[in-house]
Amino acid sequence: MDKNTNVLIVDDYKTMLRIIRNLLKQLEIENVEEATDGQEALTKLRAGNFGLVISDWNMAPMTGLDLLKEVRADARLKNTPFIMITAESKTENVVAAKAAGVSNYIVKPFNAETLREKIEKVMGHA
Amino acid sequence: MPDGAIPADPRIEDAVRAVLGSLAGDLSATEAALLAELEGLGRTVNRAKQESAAVRVEDITDAHIPAATDELDAIVDHTAGATNEILDCCEVLEGVASRIGGAEAEALSGAITRIYEACGFQDITGQRIGKVVAALKAIESRVSAVTARFGAGVSAAAPAPEPESQPGVTEGRRLANGPQLPGGGVSQAEIDRLLAEF
Repeated sequence: MDKNTNVLIVDDYKTMLRIIRNLLKQLEIENVEEATDGQEALTKLRAGNFGLVISDWNMAPMTGLDLLKEVRADARLKNTPFIMITAESKTENVVAAKAAGVSNYIVKPFNAETLREKIEKVMGHA
Repeated sequence: MPDGAIPADPRIEDAVRAVLGSLAGDLSATEAALLAELEGLGRTVNRAKQESAAVRVEDITDAHIPAATDELDAIVDHTAGATNEILDCCEVLEGVASRIGGAEAEALSGAITRIYEACGFQDITGQRIGKVVAALKAIESRVSAVTARFGAGVSAAAPAPEPESQPGVTEGRRLANGPQLPGGGVSQAEIDRLLAEF
């Protein structure tokens, strides 16, 4: 995968944003921007050029699933790899995310190896 | 007074006396028993009212629930503060690891990664506490509705039931349930299998 890819991480917990940013840094992915809900993320996505979105689900006002739907409905953004990283672990959540076009799904709590594996899977090996 | 401590509601006694006064002739045994039952019922209702007053239901909404939610909010703040301190330390250690290099740096980096993973607890516990706060607020709302109803008399409207589905709620919001208890959700391996099935 291209380590210079711009990555947008979305979570309403600042500590989780910091954890994901630091884990990405260990993977030598350092072009990282942050948003704290789906609406802010969508604004940044439409204004910028991101190669990967890593988003939480449960945020307000716009959830991660609603962000995913907006991304897939946007002609310019629709092919952007999108990883959901969330504590929502019911089957119905996974099914809904997959139906909306999620690229991969990580359940919290997660480990660094799972994050690396899923990123490589959606972005391709380096 | 037959049972001592609790006097019967005077209005009920008055009503019973009025009924007795209006009756012409002797009461039958059945009628007398019926009136005694009626008086006993009035006494029971009065006792229930006194017990409700002694419980001070309004304390639940005025003091207990606000205090509990404040404490829970403080827990979230403290754990966030502590987690940020831990992350600060990890970032300092990462700087040290990059300077020393070699096997020691690798061991240090491995330990730092594990600390990062563990710090995810703050997000999970924060979401769980959020669910508890929401449950407390729902209880507070129901208690307020019930006490308002008692205060307004029996003719007051019953609390409106929560709608099955609220208009304008997105699928993402409707499915946002937060962390599940052990056994309540699917594992990462099961999620991977589910995704592969599509």
